[in-house]
Amino acid sequence: MTGLPLSLFALTTGLALILIGLFGMLTQKHIIRMIIGFSLMDTGVHLVMVAIGYVTGGTAPIINDAVPAADAVARVVDPVPSALVLTAIVIGLGVTAVMLAFAIRIYRAKKTLNIDACSESRW
Amino acid sequence: MIRRLLIFVTLLLTAAIFARLALNYTEHTQLSKLATHYAGQGPAELGAPNLVTAVVVTYRGLDTLGEVTVLFISAAGVGLMLRRRQQVAVEAEDKKPSSEIVVTAAQLLLPMVFLFGVYVFVNGHLSPGGGFQGGAIIAAGSLLLLLTLPGAELRQRLIAVTESLSGFGYVVIGVLGVILAGGFLDNRIMSLGTYGTLFSAGAIPIIYTLVGLKVGAELSAVLGRFRDTGEQ
Repeated sequence: MTGLPLSLFALTTGLALILIGLFGMLTQKHIIRMIIGFSLMDTGVHLVMVAIGYVTGGTAPIINDAVPAADAVARVVDPVPSALVLTAIVIGLGVTAVMLAFAIRIYRAKKTLNIDACSESRW
Repeated sequence: MIRRLLIFVTLLLTAAIFARLALNYTEHTQLSKLATHYAGQGPAELGAPNLVTAVVVTYRGLDTLGEVTVLFISAAGVGLMLRRRQQVAVEAEDKKPSSEIVVTAAQLLLPMVFLFGVYVFVNGHLSPGGGFQGGAIIAAGSLLLLLTLPGAELRQRLIAVTESLSGFGYVVIGVLGVILAGGFLDNRIMSLGTYGTLFSAGAIPIIYTLVGLKVGAELSAVLGRFRDTGEQ
């Protein structure tokens, strides 16, 4: 097979998403937009991890009629990054929920979602 | 101005690191040693056709227990932060009831959504899916309930009991693994059964059922908290 490897595209997309998310978190003043930036970065990290686990020509690591147990080693992708991403997605969800709860608390206290209102923790 | 410059430099440097990573990237042509063991021995050792499940529930079971704990802590944190001051009755503010069509459709769909969630986590060791995915589907069902029936109350007590019991059961099974089998969270505490059937792979379906119930209950509780905090 010639040309660029398939997983390079997933990897590049993931890295680009991380950069976009970082940019959003650093430049935006609105708390919800910062949380969206975090989510983008999170998704980017997941994509990068899945891309790294890809093996040329591999398929999903599930043994069935299509992938008999005998030649599973030669035909499946690495199951470890997939398992790690499963963990990472759930933890990302938990972190996002806590951030949104914080946003609600900040809005209750300051009546605005602009981060400049929280000036007491500024350096 | 200086702030913008700093952000620009930070992004540029990060992009440079990423560019190096992407340019030097070569796709793997074979599995790593560890993955070779998991793919080669996993089905025979644990009896689970889904290798990701085998890794998540048994080989790296301790990580998953930690993950469930993190999710629990975040759900508790959301609950603590969005605590309702007294019973500010949600139903007091007159919300517009949903239309007949939406309500009927939701009532028709809800049992099926919940059933599908259960299906996904019960079959976690055989097909794509598992406790976290099934739990998320159940929470999606709860979200449908909360959106279509604004007056509906999630039964917080039932959710708390489900969550605690399944978390407790998960740890008990883990400890049983130490006593009866090779180590903490070992799934071979009971017979592996016939390979590829629903009741096989030892304790994996039980653990995933508990995880599914726990995740579903926790996410539903979080959604309920966010809904109930509508008033300021």
